[in-house]
Amino acid sequence: MTSGDSAQPPRRVDRAGIVIAALLAALAAVLVWDARGLQSAAMYGMGPEAMPVVVASGLALLAVGNFIDALRGNLPPRESTGPVPVFLILVGLALLIAIIGFGGGFILATSALFVTTSAAFGRRAVLVDSAIALVMSTLIYLAFDRLLTLSLPAGPLERLL
Amino acid sequence: MMDTFAALAHGMAVAVQPMNLLYALIGVFLGTAVGVLPGIGPALTVALLLPVTYKLDPGGSLIMFAGIYYGGMYGGSTTAILINTPGESASMATALEGNKMAKAGRGGPALATSAIGSFVAGTIATIGLAFLAPWLVDFAVRFGPEDYFALMCVAFVTVSATFGDSPVRGLTSLFVGLTLGLVGIDKLTGQARLAFGVPELLDGVEVTTLAVGLFAVGEALYVASRRHHTEEKLEPVRGSLWMTREDWKRSWKPWLRGTMFGFPIGALPAGGAEIPTFLSYSTEKRLTKYPEEFGKGAIEGVAGPEAANNASAAGTLVPLLTLGLPTSATAAMMLAGFQQYGLNPGPLLFAERPDLVWGLIASLFIANMMLLVLNLPLVGLWVRLLAIPQPWLYAGILVFATMGTIAAKPSVVELSMLAGFGVLGFLMRRFDFPIAPVVVGLILGPIAESQLRRALAISLGDPMTLLQSPISATLLGIALIALLAPFVLKGLGRFKANED
Repeated sequence: MTSGDSAQPPRRVDRAGIVIAALLAALAAVLVWDARGLQSAAMYGMGPEAMPVVVASGLALLAVGNFIDALRGNLPPRESTGPVPVFLILVGLALLIAIIGFGGGFILATSALFVTTSAAFGRRAVLVDSAIALVMSTLIYLAFDRLLTLSLPAGPLERLL
Repeated sequence: MMDTFAALAHGMAVAVQPMNLLYALIGVFLGTAVGVLPGIGPALTVALLLPVTYKLDPGGSLIMFAGIYYGGMYGGSTTAILINTPGESASMATALEGNKMAKAGRGGPALATSAIGSFVAGTIATIGLAFLAPWLVDFAVRFGPEDYFALMCVAFVTVSATFGDSPVRGLTSLFVGLTLGLVGIDKLTGQARLAFGVPELLDGVEVTTLAVGLFAVGEALYVASRRHHTEEKLEPVRGSLWMTREDWKRSWKPWLRGTMFGFPIGALPAGGAEIPTFLSYSTEKRLTKYPEEFGKGAIEGVAGPEAANNASAAGTLVPLLTLGLPTSATAAMMLAGFQQYGLNPGPLLFAERPDLVWGLIASLFIANMMLLVLNLPLVGLWVRLLAIPQPWLYAGILVFATMGTIAAKPSVVELSMLAGFGVLGFLMRRFDFPIAPVVVGLILGPIAESQLRRALAISLGDPMTLLQSPISATLLGIALIALLAPFVLKGLGRFKANED
């Protein structure tokens, strides 16, 4: 990924912009491919396949537009990013999904997300944060369960309550 | 005219029932508490608090919503003034002058003029809403499906292309939203589109999942990625909270002028509070007797834009309630709130559930009043919320964000979609694509499609029906002009630049 620095000459091919244009074109292709499998049942007017084709045409045009912008280097400047914090939060989300998926329950799942996110923002006190997360998510679970009578997914910890 | 008063009185009777007052109070409190957190704008506030209202009856929940909406707006301006992080572009003007005032030790008057200005603007604009809405409803009942389709085209173009930095990037966002709107079972023929055999996708993409993913998860990822860039500094509120006589004298005209900018622009299906707030800011800068103070903390520069912001928020409720047309991200979230009860705003809702609509409008008055009474005394509490350390703040935001999805649909597919939309929101922020058009596209795309198909079915497939209705022909003309205008203007600008 090119990091746009304002000091760089403005007319420079933006590689990220080219990737965006390619993704839009691919999305348009997926739409058309998916629409081919639909049967038009309408006697008059448009069937279910018409709108995807219209949207796909729009996406294809916009892919061209984004491509031109990228060639001209017209994209706004971007700031440099640290990949590690983003990766940590994504790990947290993946943990949350896995724990919910395997029946680990709400409290463990959200606590995992809390601790990884907090670490992504630079905290290193994992034990303290875990304690805070467990207390907070337990309170949320109880509030939802008892006050709002909305059931959140229950795992081993929730059954103890 | 008399009908409006009668309806409004009836609405008041609904709104002042003790339970409903309590809902309004909870809404105002929660809305302010969440809205005051840095980086959280009103749209995200509404999205995050949607699940809290699941189990209430529709009336009570919509009243709570009114409170959340105004509370979120108020909380956002508090953040803008005290730590200079506008949660949304509409608070940018407020942050410009308000934060300077706070730095100069005049944070109290800045908060006060924004609170009282919001109250004045909100009240006037809600009166405007109450009188404009029935008139617009009378007009809207004559709309055929082709007219609705044309109206949505106008909204699509104005929300994404006309007022953004780059029409190409705005339209790209819109079309991503339209694509997401196609996912699921086609309502007319029962065929699955873009579901790829995944059963969870047959119901389509949930608006709240998309909004929370794009706004909350995306924002957390983005802030985490550029943590080393920003150093936020919380300005303590020093000195008196109250405005001096001089402050009042300098504030009341900007409040009224801001309202005059905000309400009409918000009520047009053009969307966005940015234009009225910046119009108000530049007007006040031009009219002030103290031009030397602008840029260093002029109270007019807080009073005007804050009023404009609130008035346009009430203005966006006009197309939302009368036509079912959301023209801002916040209005889109309000629409999602209606839809969670199977209610579709529009002329029919005024006829079928007047208690609900007028109860909501009356609650807007009450919520406004509560904010005025609650917020200045409680400012110490809000400031303490602002002081939560960033790691815990964003960790908490992500827990709340995922909690909504877990409560509604605790499935791996839904949560993966939430994470995926989070990554999309992060990338869109990084590459400067606007977010609101995606949400508007997801909500309005399917409606626009079904109106178009209905219109074509009625006309036996003749597309000329779109141009034969004078309303639809006019609206499509406006949409076309609004679509081409930025490109033409840009071309002219380039032409001029070449000439120089």
